[in-house]
Amino acid sequence: MPATLCIDELSVSFAHRTGTVEAVDGVSLRIGRAECVGVVGESGSGKTQLFLAVMGLAGNARVRGSVRFEGKELLGATAPAINRVRGSKLTMIFQDPMTSLTPHLRIGTQLAEVLVCHSGLSWAEARDVAGRMLERVRIPEPQRRLGQYPHELSGGMRQRVMLAMSLLCGPALVIADEPTTALDVTIQAQIIELLRAMRGEAGTALALISHDLAVVAGLADRILVMYAGRIVENAVAAELFRQPRHPYTAELLKCVPSLSGPRLARLPTLAGQPPQPGDALQACPFAPRCPRAADRCRTERPLLTGASTSQVACHFPLS
Amino acid sequence: MRGFAGDAIRRLRANPAAVLALGVICTVVVATLLGPWLNPNNTETLDWLHVAARPGLQNAHWFGTDRLGRDLYARTLAGTRVSIAIGLVASILSILVGVSYGAISGYLGGRTDQAMMRIIEILSGLPLIFFVIFLTVIFGRSESLLFISIGAVGWLTMARIVRGQTLSIRQQDYIAAAVASGASSSRIIARHVVPNVIGPVIVYATLTVPQIILFESFLSFLGLGIQEPGASLGTLIAEGVGEMEAAPWMLLVPGSFLAVLLLCLNIFGDGLRDALDVREG
Amino acid sequence: MNEPLLQVRNLRVDFGRQAALRDVSFDLFSGETVALVGESGSGKSTLARAILRLVLTKQGSVEFLGLDLLRSPAPVVRTQRRNLQIVFQDPLASLNPRMSVGDAISEPLKIFEPQLNAAERRQRVAAMLERVGLSAALARRYPHEFSGGQCQRIAIARAMVLHPKLLICDEAVSSLDVSIQGQIINLLLDLQRDAGMTMLFISHNLAVVRQLSHRVMVMYLGRLVEIASCDSLFAAPVHPYTRALLAAVPQIPPVAAATPLIEGSPSPGLTASGCAFRDRCPYALPLCASSDPPLTELAGGHWVACHRSHETLNPLS
Repeated sequence: MPATLCIDELSVSFAHRTGTVEAVDGVSLRIGRAECVGVVGESGSGKTQLFLAVMGLAGNARVRGSVRFEGKELLGATAPAINRVRGSKLTMIFQDPMTSLTPHLRIGTQLAEVLVCHSGLSWAEARDVAGRMLERVRIPEPQRRLGQYPHELSGGMRQRVMLAMSLLCGPALVIADEPTTALDVTIQAQIIELLRAMRGEAGTALALISHDLAVVAGLADRILVMYAGRIVENAVAAELFRQPRHPYTAELLKCVPSLSGPRLARLPTLAGQPPQPGDALQACPFAPRCPRAADRCRTERPLLTGASTSQVACHFPLS
Repeated sequence: MRGFAGDAIRRLRANPAAVLALGVICTVVVATLLGPWLNPNNTETLDWLHVAARPGLQNAHWFGTDRLGRDLYARTLAGTRVSIAIGLVASILSILVGVSYGAISGYLGGRTDQAMMRIIEILSGLPLIFFVIFLTVIFGRSESLLFISIGAVGWLTMARIVRGQTLSIRQQDYIAAAVASGASSSRIIARHVVPNVIGPVIVYATLTVPQIILFESFLSFLGLGIQEPGASLGTLIAEGVGEMEAAPWMLLVPGSFLAVLLLCLNIFGDGLRDALDVREG
Repeated sequence: MNEPLLQVRNLRVDFGRQAALRDVSFDLFSGETVALVGESGSGKSTLARAILRLVLTKQGSVEFLGLDLLRSPAPVVRTQRRNLQIVFQDPLASLNPRMSVGDAISEPLKIFEPQLNAAERRQRVAAMLERVGLSAALARRYPHEFSGGQCQRIAIARAMVLHPKLLICDEAVSSLDVSIQGQIINLLLDLQRDAGMTMLFISHNLAVVRQLSHRVMVMYLGRLVEIASCDSLFAAPVHPYTRALLAAVPQIPPVAAATPLIEGSPSPGLTASGCAFRDRCPYALPLCASSDPPLTELAGGHWVACHRSHETLNPLS
């Protein structure tokens, strides 16, 4: 079965005053039909830039490589071809629901617009479908909400509206970029529960980008860990948490404080800080902070190797 | 301020129009200062042999002469000097008064702010020309009166702009941190507010200079400004208008100086705003 | 029991017609770390700012080291500010972009220790920078040249340079990467231990709170709903909101929530009468609509504001 999304050697680079900066450096990944993949990384890991490039929203950046969505190449495709796919079959939810919705248009209008543009429905039909979608994302009093403006809704509501908008045309892949980061814990739990219910419905795949491993833990089948613009580990979620293979993943898991473990006098830390685009990197970008680093790590770039559901980019992976 | 100034200068350098405009402005300024050495004609000497002479490089008078035989080159340069000087001095005055007034008003807020803003609104409402005429009638014409009336204009908008900027940065965490550190209001205004509103102030100042020059030219054109035998671009243009058909160069020379100066100041001001407004990406 | 360092009584802050803080009272004792948890609209940040007199308080009192912070004249309060400092959530926004890092750290010294000359001040700044893990040579740089984590260290250095008795951390690690959070928290713990300082740690991240606090206070729509020792709160939370909050925290590996997730979001309109949590509470009674439960002590040091706090509440089937 062909993968819904197939990325090969994708690189995204920006011109910077100090030279060219690689935000994403040779990333390859596959997302299958109805699969939920979590993409985890800290600031500067490139996880957002990666998917902005997939959506064609990379701005001034130079994008190289191949992005095939349902078999068709997206990079370099004509604008009409991309627009047919974007917003209907390939949709994205952004982090900040405050700014993702147009402030001066009613919710109903913004939702209906998607359907009118992509599915050729009339405005009346589109509003009907929109109302039903609001019900599906469990917004109370959906008809009333259609007539409201974004500022009249809370953050959690707005994020549900964004989710509804992304599902309107029955997409094959929804990319969710930090969808719960700006939300309260209790609201976050509701959205995660909602995403869990929607997952796999009508064969929709989900790419969940987050810096929060715990959020991803509840939803993803498979997890990709990114560091300095590269994928350093790709594993089935349960395996990743039980036995991480890349030292960064292991250290990151140790740093996440838990509600159930023992209370410690000092928190575990990882020395140094994540590299930002533009920083000088060694062959393995994690080497300066890695407890297992050796000379080979500083001179030879570790490549992502392994089976399709268990890959790691490390010379000395944990086992 | 290594970071901001350096970045701003770099961005400015990358803007060819602004750089060119700056170059022209500097050339004009240098010319007004050094020009008299190039052509020794005096601004006041009446050359009866060459009354209303056409301009020409082979003549003694490069830009021609006016009705009274005075050298237009020298008078134009002198006039430009006066106009630039007034523009600079009035701008500096408006910056000093406007920034302090606006920062204090914006930071203190409440009733103080309301009162201070009412004063500005009242002053803005005064029809300025009548104000100037009124003062002229009472005190007679003088150059200091010119400075006062222009000064009365310049600081109002500057104060408004600074107040607006202050209101927006007053909510920033670093202001709260300064209050929490025990800093007094005057310290906060001086060390935290003013340095952070300087950006728009500089930009507005460069755009104020042409406005002031224009206003001064207008006053002088009306006969309320610089008096004979002194010259400013405004008086020269006023004279030139009278001679437009017979001796067009009398209008064209000071007119084009004024136009070029204003154009370049505006272009440079725009470029400066672009350079200073863009935040680190 | 020693005298409390900070005594807050019946604090009320209004923003327009909406009450951001309603009748908040608690004590802080010397040397302890008390966490203040709550979601948006809970008023936890407003509480920090009210204590520091950065927002206008409608009613109530804040006594710090015996001084009434809210009613004393501003110059008197200013003299006590050296003992009461704050670290904000956004490290870059809390530093004046036009001021070098060294100047930012030395400003409190200039205000409160004017007898120091420039060289002495420089020394203190250098020592402080080293103490927070940065090189003293960085004093001449500007905030935008540093990362988020480094900026937060600088903000901490500025807050600590006068050795305050109380440090308020308002979501101080929330905007930092996970791998950096631990570094900053450990730094705060070290500084606290060395100076015997009291810390009020405001956060929405319960897992972090669990690691570093002695006591925890939970807020909901402007009121304290539960106060307990850290162990008690996490082992046996009583207030339905606290239980829902703990159940909502995602965990690794994921656990099925024993308590059902609560729906909806906080309704500020309910603060006018009765318990503000009643529209989302699985255990609400008609009594909850008419009467706002007061914060009452259950067992030693465990306070709860709930009409049903004496019952053992099971998840509704």
